[in-house]
Amino acid sequence: MEDFLNIAGWVCIVAGIFSMFTGAVGIWRMPDFFARLHPAGINDSAGLTLVLLGILLHAEFGFVTGKIILLILFSMITSATACHALARAAIHSGMKPQAKILTRKRKKNV
Amino acid sequence: MIISIIISIILVAMALVVLRVFYGPTTYDRILAANTFGTKVVVLIALLGYLAEDTMFLDIALIYVLINFITTIGFLKYFKHHSLGKE
Repeated sequence: MEDFLNIAGWVCIVAGIFSMFTGAVGIWRMPDFFARLHPAGINDSAGLTLVLLGILLHAEFGFVTGKIILLILFSMITSATACHALARAAIHSGMKPQAKILTRKRKKNV
Repeated sequence: MIISIIISIILVAMALVVLRVFYGPTTYDRILAANTFGTKVVVLIALLGYLAEDTMFLDIALIYVLINFITTIGFLKYFKHHSLGKE
């Protein structure tokens, strides 16, 4: 049981770190603001939740468990709300998704 | 050992996000990147607490999540209405 929790914790932490690094690369490489919202959402939901779940599996049962569950809960509520508010504010300010850039690049690759 | 490698990967990801804050064409890009940077800082604090085996780091991370949310909403309100109070 101890070994199983240890291995599951490491798998969760490594998967979460992979999500966070992919999210950072996506935020740097994506062409548009509305395309950049997607890696930011991956980073907030999958990355933070998986890393904290891995730490939770490694820690002993006690106050730490409650704190980490509270942290995951708060982050899931607030990050989704912040992303939604950001996209809504951008739409209301007159910003449009630039679909032209994407199609032009795709044609050049083919 | 492996936790040090993981912390350095997080630091590289944070550098990429700071580049987006620096080069972002619009204000909303910068706000989005700053929000993501806050999330990465929370994970970094939690991993440092795991490395130091101190549970008090989690309290700091808990406060940082909430401050990050308030900061994003405050910046959005300021850049949309050009003031933080009522119109």
